[in-house]
Amino acid sequence: MLKIGETSTQILGLAWWKWVSIVLVLFALTAGMILDVPKLPILHETIRNLYYHVTQWFGMMIILTASLVYSIIHLAKGDRRSDIIASEGVNVALFMGVLGLLTGMLWAKNTWGTYWTGDAKLNGVAMGMLVYLAYTVLRGSMDEEQKRGRVSAVYNIFAYVMFMVFIMVLPRMTDSLHPGNGGNPGFGGYDLNSNMRIVFYPAIIGWTLLGVWFINIRVRMKSIIERRNAK
Amino acid sequence: MLLYVVSTVFVCYLSFRSVVSVPVWNALFWIIMLFASLNAVGRSFIQERKGRLLYYYSIASPQAFLLAKMLYNALLMLVITFLAYAIYAWWIGDLVQDHLTFMLALVLGSTGFALILTLMSAIASKTENNMSLMAILSFPVQLPFLITLIKLSKNAVDGLDPSISYNLIIVLVMIIMIVLALSYILFPYLWRD
Repeated sequence: MLKIGETSTQILGLAWWKWVSIVLVLFALTAGMILDVPKLPILHETIRNLYYHVTQWFGMMIILTASLVYSIIHLAKGDRRSDIIASEGVNVALFMGVLGLLTGMLWAKNTWGTYWTGDAKLNGVAMGMLVYLAYTVLRGSMDEEQKRGRVSAVYNIFAYVMFMVFIMVLPRMTDSLHPGNGGNPGFGGYDLNSNMRIVFYPAIIGWTLLGVWFINIRVRMKSIIERRNAK
Repeated sequence: MLLYVVSTVFVCYLSFRSVVSVPVWNALFWIIMLFASLNAVGRSFIQERKGRLLYYYSIASPQAFLLAKMLYNALLMLVITFLAYAIYAWWIGDLVQDHLTFMLALVLGSTGFALILTLMSAIASKTENNMSLMAILSFPVQLPFLITLIKLSKNAVDGLDPSISYNLIIVLVMIIMIVLALSYILFPYLWRD
């Protein structure tokens, strides 16, 4: 990821993929508000939140997956760069998770009537966030670089699998208010008409690229700090 | 360890006197077991001295060592869980109607706790303040398992037909298998030190 930032084609001093991210997120923000949406009972206009809540979660999961891949690379090769990228990936994913949680809570307030329900998916997400917060605590409690990288990579892999079980598998086995779980049809089933897809998919790409940009900045920040400390 | 369980149950007995309701009875028992497991299994790596670990390292492969630890912890938890249930039922009262399913819940629960905590203990032992980190690391991972377990044992206590609980049993077994597989793959990386 560091490499992309340094060598890719620049437009007006910014790498091209950063422009893509800016354009796509702005597009999602404006088009999401303007374009026509299907009129559905209960949801009404709140269905526009699909462009923000769901896409932020998708972006978060993609970034967590990338973090998992870098953790595996770190275990295989033991290099410092992949360790830093994996840990910053978790930090950024946590940030996007909080955004997704807040937008989700607003949505829940307007459709289910409360900010938080005892829903299996919501509980799973809360646990998943705690697991990843525990990851950051774990990293903070070790000083020795080699050991910290290896141990936190092991926990990251474990956390990822558990997180997926909590939010993808368990809610499907029990009753859930969430679309796509507990016997409910997913959104794709009845209301993602082609109009909504035009905004939905670009929004996912936009949020993901924005997350990559965050990671890029934080990794560079980390390496500058380390270089300064080394002097 | 046994003393810990006995005194916790006794404290619960003194504070509740008689059982309030089935959900409370059920949840209380599993919360006691959660903390008992943290105390019993959580120590398994932390207690070992450096020299002994080095000795194990030289005579056994990491996988064999991990499986042995897990087997020992699972058996330990099994014994503690059944004793705790016996004491709990004796003092606070036995409300279980479907004993067979409840026993299955006890077996699955103690094995699951033991396996999850063995790996977490191995991770936590690499850090300085390991006992407090142990709780931070393992509770979020244990909780969904615990919630499913509480549902299963509630069905058993209420004497519902076992066929309702098959789903829950599948989930529990699945989590145990996942934890076992992940630990088996990941432990060698922790062990090399």
